[in-house]
Amino acid sequence: MSDNSSLRTPSQRIAWTATIVVSALVFVFLIAPILAIMPLSFSSGSYLTYPLPGFSFRWYNDFITSPRWMNSLKNSVIIGVASTVLSMVLGTLAALGLAQWKSRIKPLVLAFVLSPVVVPGVITAVGLYFFFAPIGLTGSYLGLILAHTALATPFVVITVGATLQSFDTNLARAAASLGASPLYAFRRVILPLILPGLASGALFAFATSFDEVVIVLFMAGPEQRTLPREMFSGIRENISPTITAAAVILTTVSVILLATMEALRRRNERLEGGG
Amino acid sequence: MTASATSADASTEVPLKRRLRRAERARQVKALALVAPLLVFLLFTFAGPIAGMLWRAVDDREVRQVLPQTIAALAEWDGKELPDEKAYAALASDVQAARASGTIAIAAKRLNYALNGFRTILTSTSRNLKTAPEPGTAKETLSKINPAWRERPTWTTIKDAGGPITGFYLLAALDLTRNADGAIVAAPPDQAIYRSLFARTFIISLSVTVLCLILGFPVAYLLATLPPGKSNLLMIFVLLPFWTSLLVRTCAWIVLLQSKGVVNDSLHWLGIIDEPLRLIYNRFGVCVAMTHVLLPFMILPLYSSMKAISPAYMRAAASLGAPPLTAFLRIYLPQTLPGIGAGSLLVFILALGYYITPALVGGAADQMISYFIALYTTETANWGLASALGAVLLLATILLALVYGKLVQGQQVTGGMKN
Repeated sequence: MSDNSSLRTPSQRIAWTATIVVSALVFVFLIAPILAIMPLSFSSGSYLTYPLPGFSFRWYNDFITSPRWMNSLKNSVIIGVASTVLSMVLGTLAALGLAQWKSRIKPLVLAFVLSPVVVPGVITAVGLYFFFAPIGLTGSYLGLILAHTALATPFVVITVGATLQSFDTNLARAAASLGASPLYAFRRVILPLILPGLASGALFAFATSFDEVVIVLFMAGPEQRTLPREMFSGIRENISPTITAAAVILTTVSVILLATMEALRRRNERLEGGG
Repeated sequence: MTASATSADASTEVPLKRRLRRAERARQVKALALVAPLLVFLLFTFAGPIAGMLWRAVDDREVRQVLPQTIAALAEWDGKELPDEKAYAALASDVQAARASGTIAIAAKRLNYALNGFRTILTSTSRNLKTAPEPGTAKETLSKINPAWRERPTWTTIKDAGGPITGFYLLAALDLTRNADGAIVAAPPDQAIYRSLFARTFIISLSVTVLCLILGFPVAYLLATLPPGKSNLLMIFVLLPFWTSLLVRTCAWIVLLQSKGVVNDSLHWLGIIDEPLRLIYNRFGVCVAMTHVLLPFMILPLYSSMKAISPAYMRAAASLGAPPLTAFLRIYLPQTLPGIGAGSLLVFILALGYYITPALVGGAADQMISYFIALYTTETANWGLASALGAVLLLATILLALVYGKLVQGQQVTGGMKN
């Protein structure tokens, strides 16, 4: 380790050890809560305390046989997939446009496009609640999909935009000079190169919708309740171990998303390193 | 010969320039056309709704719609004495019409915000005003039904609520109100709860930001200093919570911190405590859970700013004889300031608008501004006040986001070292 060569004095060694110890404690703080609730979902008892009285799948069984939980899972997937598709279309087009657009107001437009990330969820939710209620979009799938798309699109614009920035536009010119139509060049040259960026954008968009709860709280009717929304009322009313089963399912989805993201990033690094 | 050659050149050059310019313009139009769908979409699903909310913070047409003649009659009233007979007659006629259409409650609700007890005044008047008063006796009749009609503030309240726009809700959100003479004064103590609410929101956000900085700095330093293989592996400890659902993490803290939870049980088992500590549904629980959720937003910007610092600087400082602590404080720390600024601002901005976590792990005294916006929107339907509080929160967020934007942009311009 090259950096340890600079640790010559005892005080430096102490400082470095302290950094490691404190960091280790922070890592425990970050990870332990997530790990701590997982075993509880396999408990055979109905209290959320350790030690577990025994092992069972009863809470997963409870989850799978409960129409309320299964319906919420279905809703989360429907709304997540639909808003991912919609935000991918809108976000990719916008990122392509922003990459070519030169104007003095471009930073302003970019700030506007990214602002849904920064504006507090409650403000967006209250605004949408007032705005969508008179036109019948509250208590509907369409209303939730539109709202989640607005929240997710900035992430698509950022990730796809970052990919386009590292994209060599000469490749598109070369395709054009060799006689490829713009559409053909996009499909055969541009698309394969920006595909990892698109995939990351889609993952971000899906995660945003899948995790969102404030807008769902304001706008969803009983029919459109999503998984986080069901967890919210579950935590409020009475925490049963079924919630921990739901939490494990949600965390599994997060881990899959994170692993895919890492794989994409590594692939990209390898490609860029090789080129 | 040469002259004709240059002129020939120039004649072909000009159209080429123009053609290039035209092609560039076409490209710009095409670029704008690609961005346009998203802009239109966000106008409908984001900017429009928020503008609508801001409009509700000043919109005041309820009383005007229910009591139109009264508002018209009070238009020329100077507010110094009681209004004349004409206004009383207009009110009597309005109240009868409103009772017939069932709209009296709308005006009563709005007027009650401004003057406590107005709901009773209006509903009792509506109930007891059986027939239209004889011409010239409206003042007498109404005053007999409810003596409040003999008091000037009753009438100034109606006139102030006459709309069509009002500063009433925005003033209320800042614990201010107008007195009977129209001057802006402090709100009565029982209604003045919002400044302390803003202070509480600010204090919680600041505590969480400071906690994140204290916990995040060593981690970011470690990740930036370790060789890439190790730091990539440890980065998973930061990214996994980042990707885990907010609800899962909040739920986890409830399980850990409750009176029979893991933390209390362990402390009891270790013999440190006899009685379970109260760790949740209070300020402590809110700060711990929010710090857990927001910590990755501090670590990631800190990490990228530290990653950009060349180790050569520290080596140079050491070779010039600086003791390690001096080198750290004078050379390393100043270079991390942009990262500290960006991370702290980001965490603070996100914390300001927090709703879910305090709602689930906080007590009544730990609810932040978002909670009250939600409460007034869905429970009490005081949409004007909800919107006014929203406007204040939005303004604070936008101002901080502008500072953040400047900071991050400045880093990109000056920090050629970045990436």
